[in-house]
Amino acid sequence: MLSILDKRIIRRLQEELPLEERPFKTMAEELGTTEDELLQRIRGLQEEKIMRRFGAVLHHRKAGFSHNAMVVWSVSAERIEEAGAYMASFPQVSHCYRRTASSLWEYTLYTMIHGRTREDCESVISDISRKTGITAYEILYSIKELKKESMKYFTGQED
Amino acid sequence: MESAPFRVLGEQLGMSEGEVIQRIGTLKRNGYIRRIGGIFDSGRLGYYSTLCALSIPEERISEVAAIINGYNGVTHNYIRNHSLNMWFTLAAPSKETARKTLKEIEEKAQTGQILSFPSEKTYKIRTNFDMKE
Repeated sequence: MLSILDKRIIRRLQEELPLEERPFKTMAEELGTTEDELLQRIRGLQEEKIMRRFGAVLHHRKAGFSHNAMVVWSVSAERIEEAGAYMASFPQVSHCYRRTASSLWEYTLYTMIHGRTREDCESVISDISRKTGITAYEILYSIKELKKESMKYFTGQED
Repeated sequence: MESAPFRVLGEQLGMSEGEVIQRIGTLKRNGYIRRIGGIFDSGRLGYYSTLCALSIPEERISEVAAIINGYNGVTHNYIRNHSLNMWFTLAAPSKETARKTLKEIEEKAQTGQILSFPSEKTYKIRTNFDMKE
């Protein structure tokens, strides 16, 4: 169970890390706790994998990874675990999820593929299709980014 | 998680603490780094996550996007090359809250039915880019 302090820590860590010599000391003061307590709690959040990562969040378009293809694959229930794990092993696949299908949309496995060009993305996609034998898929390229932000948890504005 | 993280980083990179801080500041001002902070696991925090899709005519895209983007739980929203052209992610404290939010969006934005594809399992979620590529 997350304590009130944990939730306040999470809320604060979703903002900017102060660019100072002792950033955690500064944040601890803001939160009304000590630097040691804060560091200990943050390590706890990491150990429990509640915090997945701490570091620089890049503007991926500026960093050169301009092509983002979402590929949706139609995979049987028996094969999906193996297929998901296999696709995840490709370095160009940044995300891989199993999602619920619907009567209007048969796809169950979703991969986000990043590459510098569309050709790079497509060559990885063909490779995955060939190696898994999954031929029922669609490629949806992002043609416009309308919003891209980190989720802000515990802001009190839960929709 | 160090008391002096930029000094430690500097030691690893062979530069001073001050230089690390300065360079990070530059990368942020130039838009390469969005922020330095924590990324949290929605599922482990007990949130319900879904990917939603709908078809919107070109001339209504801005108007509908403005409504959808106004929700705190919508983190990503993209136009994709498909008849289902608007795709957004929605994180909510529960399935019920998510369902209510989608219904509200359908009404406010006068969209047709919004399809929702909740995540059942995550095989990979990574944001470490290999800058050497």
